[in-house]
Amino acid sequence: MSVWVRGVLVLCTIWPLAACAGQQSALDPQGLQSEQIQHTLFIFLVIAAIVWIAVVIVLGVGMLRRKPLTDQPLDLDQAFEERSGRVVLALGIATTAIVLGLSFVSYAGQRTVFAKDEHVLTIKIIGHQWWWEVRYEADRPHQSFVTANEIRIPTGQPVKVELESADVIHSFWVPSLTGKMDLITGQKNELQFTARNAGVYRGQCAEFCGLQHAHMAFAVIALPPDEFGRWRDHENQSAASPSDQLGMQGEALFRGRGCALCHNISGTMAGGQLGPDLTHLASRTTIAAGTLPNTPATLAGWIADPQHIKPGNLMPKMPLQSDELIAILHYLEQLK
Amino acid sequence: MAAEPKELRDDALNGLRLSTQLERVWRTPPGLLGALMSVDHKVVGRRYIVTAFAFLGLGGLLAVLMRIQLAGPEKTFLSADKYNQIFTMHGSTMMFLFAVPVMEAFAVYLVPLMVGTRNIAFPRLNAFSYWMFLFGGGFLWISFLFNVGPDVGWFSYVPLSNLQFTPSKRADVWAQMITFTEVAALAVAVEIIVTVFKLRAPGMTLDRIPLFVWAMLVTAFLVMFAMPSVMVASTSLILDRLVNTRFYDSSSGGHPLLWQHLFWFFGHPEVYIIFIPGTGMVSAILATFARRPVIGYPIVILSLIATGLLSFGLWVHHMFVTGLPQLGAGLFTASSMLIAVPSGLQIFCWLATLWDGRLVYRTPLLFVIGFILIFVLGGLSGVMVASVPIDTQVHDTYFVVAHFHYVLIGGAVFPLIGAVYYWFPKIAGRVLSERVGRWNFWLAFIGFNIAFFPMHILGLIGMPRRVYTYTADMDWAHLNLVSSAGALVFAVSFALLLVNVIYSLRKGELAGDNPWGASTLEWATSSPPPPQNFDRIPVVKHRDPLWADGESLPVVAGLSTDRREVLLTSLAEAEPQVREASPEPSIWPLLTAIATTIFFIGSIFTPWAVLWGTPPMAIALIGWFWPKGSKEDEA
Ligand code: HEM
Ligand SMILES: [Cu+2]
Repeated sequence: MSVWVRGVLVLCTIWPLAACAGQQSALDPQGLQSEQIQHTLFIFLVIAAIVWIAVVIVLGVGMLRRKPLTDQPLDLDQAFEERSGRVVLALGIATTAIVLGLSFVSYAGQRTVFAKDEHVLTIKIIGHQWWWEVRYEADRPHQSFVTANEIRIPTGQPVKVELESADVIHSFWVPSLTGKMDLITGQKNELQFTARNAGVYRGQCAEFCGLQHAHMAFAVIALPPDEFGRWRDHENQSAASPSDQLGMQGEALFRGRGCALCHNISGTMAGGQLGPDLTHLASRTTIAAGTLPNTPATLAGWIADPQHIKPGNLMPKMPLQSDELIAILHYLEQLK
Repeated sequence: MAAEPKELRDDALNGLRLSTQLERVWRTPPGLLGALMSVDHKVVGRRYIVTAFAFLGLGGLLAVLMRIQLAGPEKTFLSADKYNQIFTMHGSTMMFLFAVPVMEAFAVYLVPLMVGTRNIAFPRLNAFSYWMFLFGGGFLWISFLFNVGPDVGWFSYVPLSNLQFTPSKRADVWAQMITFTEVAALAVAVEIIVTVFKLRAPGMTLDRIPLFVWAMLVTAFLVMFAMPSVMVASTSLILDRLVNTRFYDSSSGGHPLLWQHLFWFFGHPEVYIIFIPGTGMVSAILATFARRPVIGYPIVILSLIATGLLSFGLWVHHMFVTGLPQLGAGLFTASSMLIAVPSGLQIFCWLATLWDGRLVYRTPLLFVIGFILIFVLGGLSGVMVASVPIDTQVHDTYFVVAHFHYVLIGGAVFPLIGAVYYWFPKIAGRVLSERVGRWNFWLAFIGFNIAFFPMHILGLIGMPRRVYTYTADMDWAHLNLVSSAGALVFAVSFALLLVNVIYSLRKGELAGDNPWGASTLEWATSSPPPPQNFDRIPVVKHRDPLWADGESLPVVAGLSTDRREVLLTSLAEAEPQVREASPEPSIWPLLTAIATTIFFIGSIFTPWAVLWGTPPMAIALIGWFWPKGSKEDEA
């Protein structure tokens, strides 16, 4: 049996090398913090493997040793009893030393992971059942804007997220960049991280937050700083006004059919605050908090019946004729 | 006046006459009513064990449903709502209705036998405890069948479980189930402590108490100190929900983290309440099948006590990602890892025992060896999650699901199944089939590892726990499929256990008093034991009485044979002190439990139930405690 188990253990230690392709993985670090955590993890993993194998070896040898049978269970060798007592205590002391050593390793890693930087880009993130509100708040108000479920950041620069909740507890987790931090009702938490490389890093709510907890994902998109700057300038602008007849019809329906009660589109009369901001919806990659890729077909399906796609989510099914749906869709597609 | 006939003592009778006379006094009355009145610790213990295993079956069934749903991406076998109820029911059932009660159940059955007395202390309270447990569990499961099963996780975090976010009765059902199981668990804890402190056979000094009994004693103290915390937590939750107090409402000065502190101050010791009895079972089985006493008796006991104390100092490691001050969190890393020291010491003692022992490879020993392999791995992944930086990645992921199943199933369920094979002959009088036992072990061991090992990796590659589905592009499908297949194999191993029990109950080999040649007192009486446990109370002169004195234990005599009497002994030296009456069967514990149940369930529908629910309870309690002149007083 020990061979089999050891095989599994070997599999476990080589697995990380095989799994580097994951887009949401603690074993695929792309940020300063996640790299540090992986480093700590590997130290622990190696020590754990050594201890476990040692136990298996002692157990195996102990089981294989031939011992004369006796029907006198109390006929014990006093010298052996005392010796084994001392060995046990020595191993206990060794265990103490190991765990204290590991505590220091852990604390050193923790200091690095949670080190604070002064010059940071600050983004406020508010958790909702079941989506993420993302607020870029700059000193100059015209540089402040709101988006949802997608966080763009510059590479190589420390980013601070301020975490709050609008309802229940959620947890912000982008394993490829750093560990998680909860968004707690009535409390402000924060987390800093730095992306090394450009890329799309998936994140997901990690604290059970009700019915659709499974569909509360988001993306962190790390861009080279100049590209990030361009995106930010673009995002600051109000929504483009629809250029064609159908689009204008769509905009009117967006307000007339109740969408605007919950959704905001900057620069228009749609100012709802309950649902995600849609000002630049068409430039986002997913809809419904990472539930579906953002394509005209999926968007149409969502608006036609959100309860079918993400049952129980807080967007009601709106009664729309199919030509109305087409107009609204056409309008939303222009919100680049 | 003619002299009263003096009461008959057990020194005046012998052999069969003594046995039948004691049996007449101690037996449970016949018929259904008699069964409902029983206060025999063996009858109650047996019921407790069977009921707890029934809940294991139900909880396991739910686990299989979850594994079917997760076997592939975007399956629609279960809806989100059903899945959330099911994982909550699974966790709550396993923790509150299976793991803790089953350990207490074994203690209720075994501790009085192992310390050499005739019944548990406070036998009526014991009966009451069982009924509360049964009604609480039944209440949870009936609610689930009516689609009011809790769906907020087995630790029911606020604000999700507040009225605002869970307006249905689901969270009330969860919180009140906690109240039921708390009452039941606290009652047993008191009984165990008093039984161990006051009812030990003469001569069973503190350093002759069997390790299993020590483990149950430490567990009982943990229950006493941990349960009040969750009682405060869940009662405050119910008050928030029913009468709008605001303990957890951050907008009026409460705080949701208060819940987490209170819950985990209980919740962490809770896992030791489950694991420490498992270690007791391991020690008992090991000594018997290694044919020698466990090496380092004092080390094991000090480790048990140290584990118990330390377990109250590390609850914060469940809250590392709530934004605590860094240094504080780091200190909880150290305190959490330190618990590896007493656990490690016990493992080393067992390894040394295995090293030196003349091993007899029967099924119970196989489960103990499986326990060591699995539990050590779970302990080591525990050291990892205790590290703050590592925990920020693996917290609330499948890594943690893997970790706690390794410690719970490895540390408690494997010893428990070993214990079933070990003590079944004592309880049923027949031995379980060894052939089926081997299949049972190998399927359990292999199935378990296939089911749970991949979850470590799943957690590291990003899979959060408590998600009812995942998308195909997440790379999680293969490992999930493997895990689900393993879960099925694991489930089959439990089916085999059930088959084995049913078959062996009728056809199993007859056990005799001491089929394994074990050393502790429960094997000194017949299998199954008679209602009075022992015809005469044994006198203990050695830590392993049956090995030291063979079949002819010295005994004390002088207890009444006309009425139920137990012998009280002193706390440390177990010197005989007084004869004490032990209660007769009674229907009042059941009636009290029914009245309490009506009160508890009524109060989640209307606060007025607190008012109209009290008088029936008061009446039942008055009936229970109505003073009856005892025969001793009449004499
Ligand atoms: C047939 C064996 C078992 C299987 C296949 C199994 C499977 C699972 C799975 C898949 C989950 C995660 C659900 C999720 O996060 O969505 C889970 C959760 C859990 N299991 Fe088990 N389990 C088994 C036995 C046990 C036992 C014996 C115990 C306790 C003694 C236990 C205690 C728990 C607890 C406390 C949770 C957490 C529930 C929650 O998140 O609220 N399980 N189990
Ligand atoms: Cu969430």
